[in-house]
Amino acid sequence: MADTKKELFLIPIFRRNPIALLVLGVCSALAVTGQMITAFVMSICVMLVVAFSSMTISLVRTQIPSSVRIGLQITVIATLVIMVDQILKAYAFELSKQLSIYVGLIITNCIVMGRAEGYAMNNTPISSFIDGIGNGLGYGFILMSVSFVRELLGAGTLFGYEVLPLTSNGGWYVRNGLLVLPASAFFLIALLIWLLRSLDPEQQEKN
Amino acid sequence: MAHYFEIIIRSIFLENLPLSFFLGMCTFLAISKKVKTAMGLGAAVLFIMVITVPINNLILNYILKPGALTWAGKPDLDLTFLGLLTYIAVIAAVVQILEMVLDRFVPALYNTLGIFLPLLTVNCAIFGGSLFMVERNYTFGESVAYGFGAGGGFFLAVVCLAGIRERLEYANPPAGLRGLGLTFITTGLIAIAFMGLAGMELSF
Repeated sequence: MADTKKELFLIPIFRRNPIALLVLGVCSALAVTGQMITAFVMSICVMLVVAFSSMTISLVRTQIPSSVRIGLQITVIATLVIMVDQILKAYAFELSKQLSIYVGLIITNCIVMGRAEGYAMNNTPISSFIDGIGNGLGYGFILMSVSFVRELLGAGTLFGYEVLPLTSNGGWYVRNGLLVLPASAFFLIALLIWLLRSLDPEQQEKN
Repeated sequence: MAHYFEIIIRSIFLENLPLSFFLGMCTFLAISKKVKTAMGLGAAVLFIMVITVPINNLILNYILKPGALTWAGKPDLDLTFLGLLTYIAVIAAVVQILEMVLDRFVPALYNTLGIFLPLLTVNCAIFGGSLFMVERNYTFGESVAYGFGAGGGFFLAVVCLAGIRERLEYANPPAGLRGLGLTFITTGLIAIAFMGLAGMELSF
């Protein structure tokens, strides 16, 4: 892959989105999409962890014996996640409570492992860093789109500010209970995948 | 006894890991094309969760918690910040040991589960099980029950999905929905079905 830096950055967002095309990292993606603020923070955390873990692993890639590489990758990733977790606990305690175990689960997020194993092991630190940021943004793009719809229609708010006035506050909007349920995230992701794949038929699966 | 039973039922149906917490989704979606492989995967997850959740519980209570190291003469030590690293190491080690033991003593089971075992180190459902155990302060007995229930819930969900996906092979959906999209919708419908059990009161 002799992509230019810009392509490296843009491709994972739409053309090769880690969630929509490769089914990586869906685990935590759906759970935090009930509100935009949690989805936003989660995206940032994942982006930082992917970018820095890819860079770190790429820096030491020539020293790693292939038999213990998975263990080493996990250690690097876990260390970064612990840092993110501790920082969140120190500066945004309320948010870290809401994200509950999902920050810790970034360790087992397949996007991070996948980029470390699939890209950072064979590429230079700078490209790995950009690739990490791009993949983090691709993940964030799906998270933000899903949480936008869920929070807007489910609670009538965006980032906690009331956009659609609710009937309970004298407005006209009746909140849609379905979108508060976890199941709605599945439907929204399915629709998003449908949209992405209709725009770019190359991604469609053959039967 | 009833208390443990309640934890099991709750974690299988109401707090199902893949369907209401979206944990283990990657494996859940990737290995649910055939009922047979799905059963192998489900059994492996169940097996590992029953072992790792209680082990991590012991580690938390006797090594990591503030004051847990009193028996070693260091009552002031608080090692909980090492939690994430320790739990994942325990899971990786248990998976590895289990793989070797099964290979040596129960080759038949090893051949059925074999290919799924290494994958499970990075399965969020297994890791998530341990994290929920920590968050909810389960005792040792409760953590055994929780490991069993959570693993059983995963087993049930993945087998259900695989059964439906086998039938969906014959359907003719729009091209963009084929495969992944349709699987997501199916999972959503199963999740809603499981949600029908919410609000169920357990009384013994």
